Amino acid sequence: MEELIKKLKQEVIVQLNLEDISVDDIDADAPLFGEGLGLDSIDALELIVLLEKNYGIKIEDPKDGKKIFFSIRTMAEYITERQKA
Amino acid sequence: MNKNYVITSWGILRRGSVIVNDKIEPVQENNLNFADLIKSLFRKEQISYPKFFKMDNVSKLGFLCAELVLRDSRVAGRYSKEETGVVITNSASSLDTDHIYQETIRDKANYFPSPSVFVYTLPNIVIGEICIRHKLNGENAFLISESFDPALLKRQVDELLDHDRAAACLCGWVEVLKDRFEALLFLVEHAERMESDSEGAQSRKEFTVENLTEIYNKQG
Repeated sequence: MEELIKKLKQEVIVQLNLEDISVDDIDADAPLFGEGLGLDSIDALELIVLLEKNYGIKIEDPKDGKKIFFSIRTMAEYITERQKA
Repeated sequence: MNKNYVITSWGILRRGSVIVNDKIEPVQENNLNFADLIKSLFRKEQISYPKFFKMDNVSKLGFLCAELVLRDSRVAGRYSKEETGVVITNSASSLDTDHIYQETIRDKANYFPSPSVFVYTLPNIVIGEICIRHKLNGENAFLISESFDPALLKRQVDELLDHDRAAACLCGWVEVLKDRFEALLFLVEHAERMESDSEGAQSRKEFTVENLTEIYNKQG
């Protein structure tokens, strides 16, 4: 899990062009939206693309997005769960 | 009508040339590529704006050029939000970003359209980014011309100012296509409104096609 979290942090930095942010700056449990990294709605769409492109995971129900993209850890947990299924 | 308008501030940003009001801006190296020049200037100006690095190249270039032109001007204090218009022109429209977006949808087996690139596939987005940054709510227009066309700019800005649809106007040329990039922005104001303001009076130039051309031809 910790390895996946680190990988996800790197992927999020690249995908969202977070120029001044390093892997160590991202708290795996901090909210991605609002506070924390302060992401916006376009970033949310980019995260959906990231999951599909890098992990082959399609989010079927948009309502799940809020829970899945709460933090890097919730994203990692969702990926792990979907890969097991 | 032809009232008297003056260029009160201007800036050029192109490879090897960063000039603001006749003053050559020190950048680390002369021939930096686009990404390095933009990053170097952004850091040098100590701008705190996290969204900057999410912008496309046209917006980054226009945004930074506007920073250089407006940083010493007192346009924010002199005019209300609605009084400053923006007119920007270029030749390549948003083609630079269109190419990048097209790459994300070219391969049907690897089809991942990027939402954050898509939102920049219109040339006038650069105006939006500048207006958000400087809180400008005046009229704006983005026009396409084959090359830098001072007569077109003059006509458009005169139209805004002559009919009091704006009291000041940020205008110019912001062009990016692959390795080619060039931005040139002017702040144009009513001469009579500037009479009582002596600061920067020496560097003011009459807003004429000849002066726009002369500034465009300056090299660092």
